[in-house]
Amino acid sequence: MRYLQRAVLLIGLPVLLLAAWWFGSAGSEDFYRPSLSSIVDAFGQTWTWEMFQQQVFPSLWRLVVGYLLAVLVGVALGVLIGTFRSVRSLLEPVLEFLRAFPPPVLVPVAILLSGIGDRTKILVIVFGCVWPVLLNTIEGVRGRDEVLSDTCRSYGITGSLRLRHLVLRAASPQIMTGARQALPLAIILMVISEMMAANEGLGFTVLQFQRGFQIPEMWSGVLLLGVIGIVLSLLFRLAERSLLGWYHGQRAGQREW
Amino acid sequence: MLEVKNLHKVYDGHGRRVTAVGDLTFSVPEGQFACVVGPSGCGKTTLLRVMAGLLPATSGEVRVQDTPVTAPPPGLAVVFQEYGRSLFPWLRVRENVELPLKAQGMARAERRELATEALAAVGLADAHSAYPWQLSGGMQQRVAIARAIAYQPRVLLMDEPFAAVDAQTRADLEDLVRSVWKQFGVTLLFVTHDIDEAVYLGQRVIVLSASPTTVAQDLTIDLPAERDQLTTRADPRFTELRGQVYARIQKVKAPASEGAPA
Repeated sequence: MRYLQRAVLLIGLPVLLLAAWWFGSAGSEDFYRPSLSSIVDAFGQTWTWEMFQQQVFPSLWRLVVGYLLAVLVGVALGVLIGTFRSVRSLLEPVLEFLRAFPPPVLVPVAILLSGIGDRTKILVIVFGCVWPVLLNTIEGVRGRDEVLSDTCRSYGITGSLRLRHLVLRAASPQIMTGARQALPLAIILMVISEMMAANEGLGFTVLQFQRGFQIPEMWSGVLLLGVIGIVLSLLFRLAERSLLGWYHGQRAGQREW
Repeated sequence: MLEVKNLHKVYDGHGRRVTAVGDLTFSVPEGQFACVVGPSGCGKTTLLRVMAGLLPATSGEVRVQDTPVTAPPPGLAVVFQEYGRSLFPWLRVRENVELPLKAQGMARAERRELATEALAAVGLADAHSAYPWQLSGGMQQRVAIARAIAYQPRVLLMDEPFAAVDAQTRADLEDLVRSVWKQFGVTLLFVTHDIDEAVYLGQRVIVLSASPTTVAQDLTIDLPAERDQLTTRADPRFTELRGQVYARIQKVKAPASEGAPA
């Protein structure tokens, strides 16, 4: 019964909105606002396996590589900056300067420097996604409990063991917060970079449909992007649950007392 | 075994100098169970942190096993007051106990054996795979004690380890510390603000003065070695000793509360 209630709460509003769209747009004669049923038809015809191979998978590949690189760079830099005050004062002005750039502005520059290949797009995604990860990692590393640090010192826990079991784990809730914020950014930057400079990919395809007045197909591409966003955030939640099980357990325990 | 010689510690910051430890000298012979008591704010924790090598002394020195302490010495384990913050919440109980051994490069089988023995000694033989936050406060402090024992220290420092647990758990843990001390033969320095606890546990009680700290009294506790929460605490000698310590602490507290110059 409780599961049923949760399921209804979870999917109730999306179902309602889709239904409203479906019936509201039914029999639409407006060229730019086709009916949802025609969009769904177009979806089935447009997004074939071949299309996925040619347009979707390359996009997803760049998205995943760029995102993971951003997390890796953000965590590595964040640990360095959070640990050593000298590194922090050295890098902080430069980082503040770089952070002020809106990442899309980098696309034209990156095209000049490294063409319109994968490298440019991955670079743009990394550049945009690294900030939330970096800043949260720094906070996480600096906000570590002193008693735990003392414990490590007393018991001779140093080097890579300390990095693995103290520094990264203690910062992991903040790192995950940063990574969660970076995920939608990665999708946005993937699309933008493909709209500005590409000959394949999801963003490119949606734009092509719009320019070719294939309106239901364009809408179906937008829907597909939304679905990709949902799937990625679900995957992220699964990863978070297994990585931060201790954190949620601890917090639930504290609330009980 | 454990020597503190003319220890002096001044905190210097923001133009304010605070003398936490004035001039402290005492030594604890091998295998002794010594308790340190003193009025609150008398620098007990500072003393312990300097002895543990976590804080440098301003002058004077601490020697553990005849070696001056400049960094956390090997062969010395610490049980902190804040058990909830000194255990790794992302590691299971057994992994918490084994981590310091792993840092020493000890083989897996040996680690396992030591951890099992230590957890059995603190009465947690069946909690190996729990996370610390799934345990009660008293059980968490048991894990911290097990971790300290498994480390096989020659010297064990405990910083008000039972200050945050309830009275009944506290009595159990006191008896546990006595039995661990007997079973493993460590030199044990137990810092507490609780006079009854100090007299009940130790072979000796070192009373500290208010800050700037010196040794106000060094008292041998000549209670029988077998102690029991009921009979020992009812022993007239226990009452007498605790009265002595109490009177001494009241006396050293007095000038501080009148705002005497530091």
